[in-house]
Amino acid sequence: MMDLDTTDRALLREMARDAGRSAAALGEAVGLSQPATWRRLRRLREAGILAGQRVDLDAQALGFGVTVFLGVKLATKGRVSLEDFERAVTAIPEVQLVEHVLGLYDYRLRVVARDLADFERVLRRRIMTLPGVGDVEANVLLSDERRPGPI
Amino acid sequence: MVEIQTFLGRVDVRLYVIARDMAHYQQLYRDRILALPHIAELEALMTVATLKNDESLPL
Repeated sequence: MMDLDTTDRALLREMARDAGRSAAALGEAVGLSQPATWRRLRRLREAGILAGQRVDLDAQALGFGVTVFLGVKLATKGRVSLEDFERAVTAIPEVQLVEHVLGLYDYRLRVVARDLADFERVLRRRIMTLPGVGDVEANVLLSDERRPGPI
Repeated sequence: MVEIQTFLGRVDVRLYVIARDMAHYQQLYRDRILALPHIAELEALMTVATLKNDESLPL
């Protein structure tokens, strides 16, 4: 792993907060010149630490008012059923996140929907019909706070 | 602590914790998480693999 100094870490925190700024603006936030910031960003990109950038869509403003986390247990386990399940679940457009987990469930999913009626449609038609699906537990997201973490 | 979410359902709060390794996780769990007030029950899920993480919307 690449060695990071405190300036690299500060730069990563700034990028995680808002990556849409110019190298000059990012540099100003961490006390670096524009060329020095640009060099550091290139090094972080080349090391695979800055793996990519995305836009932050406001789901609510786009009419997606409901986010539900599902814990899914498979009914039948085996290599074939895992692969079938994973292929089918990752193809569902309303499913944003698929994590294979260790614990009470086999998979954890984040599902977005326009409202609860729309969520019920996704659950019945898309989730409950997945190959090998067993118990499904739903928790409706009320609030979400993202933090920079220990960078 | 990377994410704190609250829910309507069986789970009240979800804490997304990242750790360097299992020893670090154990230390966080004992010293920081178990020390939090008002905890009746804790349940841990460890992420083995992220198969999809796409914050785009089905537009």
